[in-house]
Amino acid sequence: MAGRETAIAGIGQTEFSKRSGRSELQLAAEAVKAACDDAGIAPEEIDGLITFTLDPSDEIGLIRCLGIRDLAFTTRIPGGGAASVATIAQASAAVASGAAELVVCWRAMNERSQYRFGQPQAGGMFAPGSGTSSLLWCMPFGAQTPGSWAALRSRPYMDAFGVTNRDLGRLSVVQRAYAAKNPAAWFFEKPITLEDHQASRWVVEPVLRLLDCCQESDGGVALLVTTVERAKRLRQPPARIVAATQSIPFDVEVISNYYHGDLTVMPEAEGTAARLWRQSGLGPQHIQAAMLYDAFTPQVLMQLEAFGFAKRGEAKDFIAAGELELGGRLPVNTHGGLLGEAYIHGMNSIAEGVRQVRGASTNQAKGVEHVLVSCAMAGAILGRV
Amino acid sequence: MVTATRPDPVETPDTAFFWAGAARGELVGLACADCGDLSHPPRPMCPRCHSTRRVERRLSGRGRVLTWIFPRHPAPIGFGEAPIVALIDLDEGIRLVSNLVDVEAGALLAGMPVEVTFAPTAGGKAVPVFRPVR
Repeated sequence: MAGRETAIAGIGQTEFSKRSGRSELQLAAEAVKAACDDAGIAPEEIDGLITFTLDPSDEIGLIRCLGIRDLAFTTRIPGGGAASVATIAQASAAVASGAAELVVCWRAMNERSQYRFGQPQAGGMFAPGSGTSSLLWCMPFGAQTPGSWAALRSRPYMDAFGVTNRDLGRLSVVQRAYAAKNPAAWFFEKPITLEDHQASRWVVEPVLRLLDCCQESDGGVALLVTTVERAKRLRQPPARIVAATQSIPFDVEVISNYYHGDLTVMPEAEGTAARLWRQSGLGPQHIQAAMLYDAFTPQVLMQLEAFGFAKRGEAKDFIAAGELELGGRLPVNTHGGLLGEAYIHGMNSIAEGVRQVRGASTNQAKGVEHVLVSCAMAGAILGRV
Repeated sequence: MVTATRPDPVETPDTAFFWAGAARGELVGLACADCGDLSHPPRPMCPRCHSTRRVERRLSGRGRVLTWIFPRHPAPIGFGEAPIVALIDLDEGIRLVSNLVDVEAGALLAGMPVEVTFAPTAGGKAVPVFRPVR
């Protein structure tokens, strides 16, 4: 990327719960403050704020909480969870260009205690910028939840390659094993077996059982992006943003993604992968850990293939061979993912990517030089400085 | 007489024609008046030639089942028993989300030929659904 080199210099989060007991603005402010403390900067110095179009807190509210003196840059990104890694791409672009110096990306929500994305017609899901046409084209047919949209989109892939729900269960078991060792995870000390997975109820038959679905969570996460030069003088080892991009190909949409032709592939993840490899000169062989958006388990398999970690149709075999575990070829979602840690709309997975680069994960992968963080419609490669 | 409970479709300026067609018992798509390109979901500009001259086109109502699912939990609002939600590839080359009706779950096959029929909604409208070609 042109311009100044950029890095994630601070990460912050609240506790992850099912009932935070406080406002979403407070969660956001606490997460941002924690990210500033992590980096060792004063919140007043923040000059850029980025969040999702779906985030319910107002920039003005955050400014008032944090005492931010003079904001130079704000933007909001569409596409639900597709905004997660896109915040990093846009923060990086803003800092690289000189439009801002210290950009905070945040997402905070009471997405269990106040409203529930997993229930039919959840508030906000269909706001402009949600990236899904499901309100118009799915709801009257009884496909009324993200799980149903994702299952309908995933089944052609599964049938084409003989992927069964049991295959998906192996991913869930791996991620819950990671969560079991992560004190921040909702499912800390609660691993599952494949039999547990197979005994969990169908959410959408024959694709998704309960343990294939992300949680609904209360909590907040914030990430602080600045220049590599500035980050080097701050408290934590910088996680350099080696490459970052979005990819929204023609006729692709978020979750209810049926209109692009071949549903056995994930064009948005392929587009993200192509640009990341081109920007960085790296390839899948250079990545030692990956955080892949896991609202629902099939999305992880399709990303593994889109990024070239597994051949088409072979992600299930890659998982069954133990390659996503510590000591495997590519530890994935080492915090437990959105299934195991919490569903903070993907932002908690970026924080875990930073911890892997720092060598600070509770499930630390060995020899980490580069970490991929992906929400399919956006991705970033983080690396050591 | 059974009272319909299915949710009404949400209509927008660019999609009202589709539901008006369904209410008449017709499956209609939106095509470009200049280049003939048919696209779904419908849109006010042709993505191929960028014309805004749009015309409704009556569709055959015939297609094939690409895939299907059964939403179990939470139960969909407005349905007595779990609907079969399917993707239908129409003969005209566009894809619809819809329901499969008048068919046993065990008889479903990918690629199965289907034809359109219409199901009433709670507010007196209708949506296109599909059944096996007899």
